[in-house]
Amino acid sequence: MANLHIIKAGWQSTVQDLGRQGYFRSGLSEGGALDEIAFRWANALLNNPANSACIEILMGDFEAEFEQATCIAITGADLNCTINGKSIENWQSLKVKAGDRIRFNSPITGLRAYLAIAGGWQTPIQFGSRSTVLREKLGGIDGEKLKIGQKLSYLVNPDTPLQKLDSQFIPKYTDELTLKVLPSYQYDLFSETAKRRFFTSEYSVSQRIDRMGYRLEGPEVMADNQQLISEGISLGAIQVPPDGQPIVLLKDRQTIGGYPKFGCVASLDCSLLSQQAPGNRVRFELSDVATVQIQRRLFEKRLQIFNYI
Amino acid sequence: MKVSAVSENACLIQVGDHISESLTAVIAQLSENIEQTLGDALIDLIPSYTTLLCVYDLNKVDDLWMLKTLRQIVQSVDSTENNSVTSIDYLGKSLSRLIEIPVWYDPEVGYDLEVMASDKQMTQSELIQLHTSKEYRVFATGFMPGFAYMGSVDTALATPRQATPRKAVAAGSVGIADIQTSVYPAQSPGGWNIIGRSPTQLFDISRGDNAALLQVGDRVQFVSVDRATFIELGGQLG
Repeated sequence: MANLHIIKAGWQSTVQDLGRQGYFRSGLSEGGALDEIAFRWANALLNNPANSACIEILMGDFEAEFEQATCIAITGADLNCTINGKSIENWQSLKVKAGDRIRFNSPITGLRAYLAIAGGWQTPIQFGSRSTVLREKLGGIDGEKLKIGQKLSYLVNPDTPLQKLDSQFIPKYTDELTLKVLPSYQYDLFSETAKRRFFTSEYSVSQRIDRMGYRLEGPEVMADNQQLISEGISLGAIQVPPDGQPIVLLKDRQTIGGYPKFGCVASLDCSLLSQQAPGNRVRFELSDVATVQIQRRLFEKRLQIFNYI
Repeated sequence: MKVSAVSENACLIQVGDHISESLTAVIAQLSENIEQTLGDALIDLIPSYTTLLCVYDLNKVDDLWMLKTLRQIVQSVDSTENNSVTSIDYLGKSLSRLIEIPVWYDPEVGYDLEVMASDKQMTQSELIQLHTSKEYRVFATGFMPGFAYMGSVDTALATPRQATPRKAVAAGSVGIADIQTSVYPAQSPGGWNIIGRSPTQLFDISRGDNAALLQVGDRVQFVSVDRATFIELGGQLG
């Protein structure tokens, strides 16, 4: 075992895996990497098990030093990453030596980068997961974001085969994003006018975005009935509070809630949304469960084939 | 009961329209049957007042299989329910656990006890008597780990949430919001009307899988204790 020494902790760098499942009924959030696409590829590039913990680095200003040689992979947002001052490309695995310094500077495209390490970051497992949920003080190191001076343990695996992801599989974090929506929950409580407005308008990402959800700004869409009995909330649920501005609920969402919901955004589209910065434009399009499930299964297949070859 | 697909990996069962204890018993029965039938295709269940959300692994089954299977389960439970509403009520009651929660009801820790009692034109001990006079049922959990929404309190106790939530409500605080009652597992901002404090740990990581004391369907009885007992049981002042 060796350690990564945190020199600069950044805005919000947290340890994340695929999240905490099986404890929703005790009121625990799912948690987990917000951008599952980038997270899964980071582990695939190192032949890691799919649930190995990565560091999710929000917007950069993160610096750390490796105690011993091993292999890492970087995916997700381009935060102008350097090792010992030399620029390195995203979406590949690479070797690091003892004493190497990695730095994530500031966003060029996207918001969240994933730093994976061969074998995964070795932080304690709580309720079946290493994911940090700040609100619940669970996961990571003491349930908090990473801090200056902390050490993160890793296994020494310098001989992991190096790989690079073909550009056709690399998502583009473009400004305009269209999210596929499965109409469900209180969809029928919204008027035809509200539905039309919702699917034909452009929304912009507001300043109020975090791991719980993305609040969007645009034409108001109000449901006819505002008073609902709280019910279980699925990933990607589009919740509309009384101000009529939709919120797409992400990994750190609460388990139940009582605001009217339009339906759910596809999980892979939630990943792409989590890379969008305030001011970026977002649209919604009507989709169906079969289409979205097939896309998700194709994604899983691609990962399997990548690790098989 | 209505079953629908709400997302690519979740189905929602709408069990009824109104909050009632018998729905909670039906939801408990459904949960048990679903867990047995789905096995490892089930990721988790989120029971709430009138609904049950079933989250599943879309790499193992698809939405059509889920809808068909859930509708079969719903039908079998539905027919049991129609044949003998009382038996399922009885079943729900005999299967569910009864948990006693000690509470020190006092203005020192129950910030709103005095105001509530005077608003309702009753003495503090009458208010305490009403709160401890019946068993409550856990209808839902959420908001924060270990937080359980329980009901229903006597209509004389029902009080709307505070217009401006407090910045910090102490861990263990026992509150009332409308016809529901609950205990804050940890310090948190909150708008419930606080009438006392419990020394019981509602959420304790060291208990592992049983970290959350209360689960949907549990029955809860509040028991009034004095200051000395509260402190002896580990209650925290301040």
